[in-house]
Amino acid sequence: MRNLYQGATGDWEVVIGLEIHAQVISESKLFSGASTKFGSEPNTQVSFVCSAQPGMLPVINEECVRQAVRTGLAMGCQINLRSVFDRKNYFYADLPQGYQISQFKDPIVGEGVVTVDLEDGSTKDIGVERLHLEQDAGKSMHDQHPSMTYVDLNRSGVALMEIVSKPDMRSAEEAGAYFKKIRSLVRYAGTCDGNMDQGSMRADVNVSVRRPGEPLGTRTETKNVNSIRYVMMVIESEIRRQVDVLEDGGTIDQETRLFEVATGTTRTMRSKEEAHDYRYFPDPDLLPLEFSQAFVDELAKEMPELSDAKKARFIKDLHISAYNAGVLVAEKESADYFEELLSATVEKSGKQVSELGTMVSNWVTGDLFGALKKLGKGITGSPVSIAHAAELLSLQVDGTISGRIAKEVFENMLESGKSPEVIVDEKGLKQVSDTGAIETMIDEILVANADKVEEYRGGKEKLYGFFVGQVMKQTGGKANPQVVNQLLRPKLDG
Amino acid sequence: MTELTKLTLSAARDGLHNRDFTAREITEQHVNAIEDAKELNTYIEVTTNQALQMADAADEMIKSGNAKSMTGIPIGIKDLYCTKGFHSCAASHILDGFKPEYESTVTSNLWNDGAVMLGKTNMDEFAMGSSNENSYYGPVKNPWRAGNSDKDTVPGGSSGGSAAAVAADISIATTGTDTGGSIRQPASFAGLVGLKPTYGRCSRFGMIAFASSLDQAGPLTKSVRDAAIMLESMAGYDEKDSTCINIPVPNYEAALTGDISGLKVGIPNEYRVDGMPGEIEKLWQQGIAWLKDAGAQIIDISLPHTKYALPTYYIVAPAECSSNLARYDGVKYGLRVTGDSLDDMYKNTRAAGFGDEVKRRILIGTYVLSAGYYDAYYLKAQRVRTLIANDFKAAYEKCDVILTPTAPSAAFELGDKISDPLAMYLNDVFTVPASLAGLPGVSVPAGLSAEGLPLGLQVLGQAFGEEQMLNVADVLEKAAAFNVKPTKWWGE
Amino acid sequence: MSVDKDTVAKIANLARIAVSDDELESTAGELNNILDWVEQLSEVSTEGVEAMTSVVAASLPRREDKVTDGGYRDQVLKNAPVSEHGFFAVPKVIE
Repeated sequence: MRNLYQGATGDWEVVIGLEIHAQVISESKLFSGASTKFGSEPNTQVSFVCSAQPGMLPVINEECVRQAVRTGLAMGCQINLRSVFDRKNYFYADLPQGYQISQFKDPIVGEGVVTVDLEDGSTKDIGVERLHLEQDAGKSMHDQHPSMTYVDLNRSGVALMEIVSKPDMRSAEEAGAYFKKIRSLVRYAGTCDGNMDQGSMRADVNVSVRRPGEPLGTRTETKNVNSIRYVMMVIESEIRRQVDVLEDGGTIDQETRLFEVATGTTRTMRSKEEAHDYRYFPDPDLLPLEFSQAFVDELAKEMPELSDAKKARFIKDLHISAYNAGVLVAEKESADYFEELLSATVEKSGKQVSELGTMVSNWVTGDLFGALKKLGKGITGSPVSIAHAAELLSLQVDGTISGRIAKEVFENMLESGKSPEVIVDEKGLKQVSDTGAIETMIDEILVANADKVEEYRGGKEKLYGFFVGQVMKQTGGKANPQVVNQLLRPKLDG
Repeated sequence: MTELTKLTLSAARDGLHNRDFTAREITEQHVNAIEDAKELNTYIEVTTNQALQMADAADEMIKSGNAKSMTGIPIGIKDLYCTKGFHSCAASHILDGFKPEYESTVTSNLWNDGAVMLGKTNMDEFAMGSSNENSYYGPVKNPWRAGNSDKDTVPGGSSGGSAAAVAADISIATTGTDTGGSIRQPASFAGLVGLKPTYGRCSRFGMIAFASSLDQAGPLTKSVRDAAIMLESMAGYDEKDSTCINIPVPNYEAALTGDISGLKVGIPNEYRVDGMPGEIEKLWQQGIAWLKDAGAQIIDISLPHTKYALPTYYIVAPAECSSNLARYDGVKYGLRVTGDSLDDMYKNTRAAGFGDEVKRRILIGTYVLSAGYYDAYYLKAQRVRTLIANDFKAAYEKCDVILTPTAPSAAFELGDKISDPLAMYLNDVFTVPASLAGLPGVSVPAGLSAEGLPLGLQVLGQAFGEEQMLNVADVLEKAAAFNVKPTKWWGE
Repeated sequence: MSVDKDTVAKIANLARIAVSDDELESTAGELNNILDWVEQLSEVSTEGVEAMTSVVAASLPRREDKVTDGGYRDQVLKNAPVSEHGFFAVPKVIE
């Protein structure tokens, strides 16, 4: 399928590449022993090394190396046993060394491919060009003082993984799906918390347009976009802008742009830098980073199960639908919640995993997700504990309550926080399966509605539902529908 | 009482250990001598109170029987080393007022052994220069003058203050740093022993960086034995420097056996450069003869890429310096000259803060790393550097150490070469090749020029072959029996 | 290859060193002297020669992931020409 954009003068194709910056989960910084903790007082997590005091030298954090390798493995990328740290030279207030230690020619992770799920149920392979380790910069605050910018170096030197895609994406949707997929992978691998609010993940978005079949157009780079939705907005807005410029006979400047949340559009950076000339060269304070294949193999062995493998297992072993499996594995926390709930329900109900998979997955993706959405909460903020949820599902499985009652009990659980067993007891919601009682009830209903019985027997079979309804009405919905069916049909059929 | 300032480090050590005098006494004599030699401009800051406190602590160490070789030895520290709470400005205006909150590893090692800090010695700004004329604090005067001339000569550079201080007997020994010859060339100009260890032997932590792949700490001393003693204290593994090598530090003094019989001394033909004064060639031949007499085997070797070492160095070192000095931007420490914007502030600060030679090298370095020129200059130079290192590897298949002159001339007059950068660069022609290969070298005073100025010979060793190198240097020193001192023309 | 005034202005800007217009010419001359001299490296055949990345034959040491440093803001800011409220302060930047 091709994504083409209709301009006034014909179709345009968009070419998108993303550079995702993902903050590595580590205790201390990439080259200094200062803490990486978020949200501390300004400049309290700064050492002489990360404030670039004279004579200070970098020493690499081995966990950051492991994290980069794990992420590379998660993306199915080649791991380079030898990589080199380079200096990227430029001046900025929050770059204390006057250069960023990064990897230019020889990154720690090479090429790979990730598969993303699209809205229409199709998938697409997006190439990963590379992943390299680099230092984060500090933070500049421009709005604290009328004539000064304040600089906080707490972030300076925190390890980042820059994950560079190939220019394989052709729509905002694909780019959004790719970003989401990378976020999911690093979270599964435990290498980045994916927390966009805290800036743990952000993307530089490269967009260009061209006439189908023509060579690549000039691209713009929109820096530091910190949500998946914004990435998609940047792309939509850049497509419109670039197509408008080109159709008016203009040209696109290769430039860095900024995203303005208020307008949902991008603009040229006011501090227009001269053409970038970063003067990369190998950092003489560091030797090349080398490790053995055994080091990589050991990390591969310890890798947690990732989303694609989990999804396949859910489908194969638990017999749940591909759709449900996809929804569950999209976030590591939902997959974890589902698996814990499933095993708790198995234990509680004594049924087999394969018998319960579909039911539990339907409940999580349907009832629970629906309720959380209404509450504006994520799975980790769920007001319903695994134990309570398992209890609820078990009551349904063993026939104590019906599916309809289960929904009612769930509503109550959300409000009261009580356990489902307590709610069922208090409200007397136990399903009536006493055949004697139900039979008596049916006999009475048949007598009271003798005319309808005649009509039914005369061929108006639709009336069957009426009789079931009468039984349910009289039992307050608690009659076991199976028992009702078993008794009602023979009596009506005479 | 004897003039304690005249003592060598080893003699001072023995005297201190024997309780012939105290650390306080020898320190006080030096403090007074420093005061008397102000016009040499060797010290940028004299830390008298600190020195006396450290001397008292050293006397306690000696009393308690915990004395090390460096205990109670008063030394000067090159201003390139960060010393906690004291002037550490690399002799640059841009680091005005900077007092680090931390201590360099090399000086920490010296203080742990009980050495006493007299002050911070003058130097070429950021260690860039060969005459000590590129200092924000003014040039250093070499205690040595030609014949009966009253014209000042340069002490060499960049460790010019460190060299002049030892030559003038206002420090028992000093620390220097050597990037392309900055210890060895001043040692030659001032009639001293100056040792640059193997790259990775001493930690660079806390030493203000000029060119990271070349910078090494080392001692300037009155004798080879002194250099051996002091290096042992300075050297050692440091987990804070990723390029520091984890190899145990040997007892260098014990390596001075005086026995070099059968040792193979390489003589590189390519060091006979055009325009080298005849007296230096003569001294070199003399050096060869001395080592031969001591039983060494003399081997002709070839280091074919020698002539390319200087141009290679003047690409690699400026490239690294352009990046290393980017941190001096008026934000975190030192000088700030305001401007309308952040960029103006950077540009004004750096224009005012750096001297001409430093600016020149930053610009060259920026140029050779810039887009379009990287391959032709920087990459090319790093490839030639590999060839230069390979030359040494091949040579060391055939010989154990190499003997060369240290510098192509004796000390020249102040102001002679300052306006001609290229002429100045040529001073390092014999010291730079080993720097590029990361190898150790030591300059030993071997004779006087016709004008009566000291000349040195250089012994180069193999990587981490300091013991053998020092042993040869010791034999050379004894044979040369260089015992001339500059005639005192300064002070009272 | 030789540098002209414009090139000097460009690299001086990259290096953030103010060079006045009347200094550009003389600086270009000085730099050309040095560049012409280093030009002799082009005589050397370096085909197939690896560029030097490190003179020492060792592998990069790695440290354990522990917080061992930082937490001394006063010392970090002590030498700053201007600092306010725990921040470094610079002339205002407009992005």
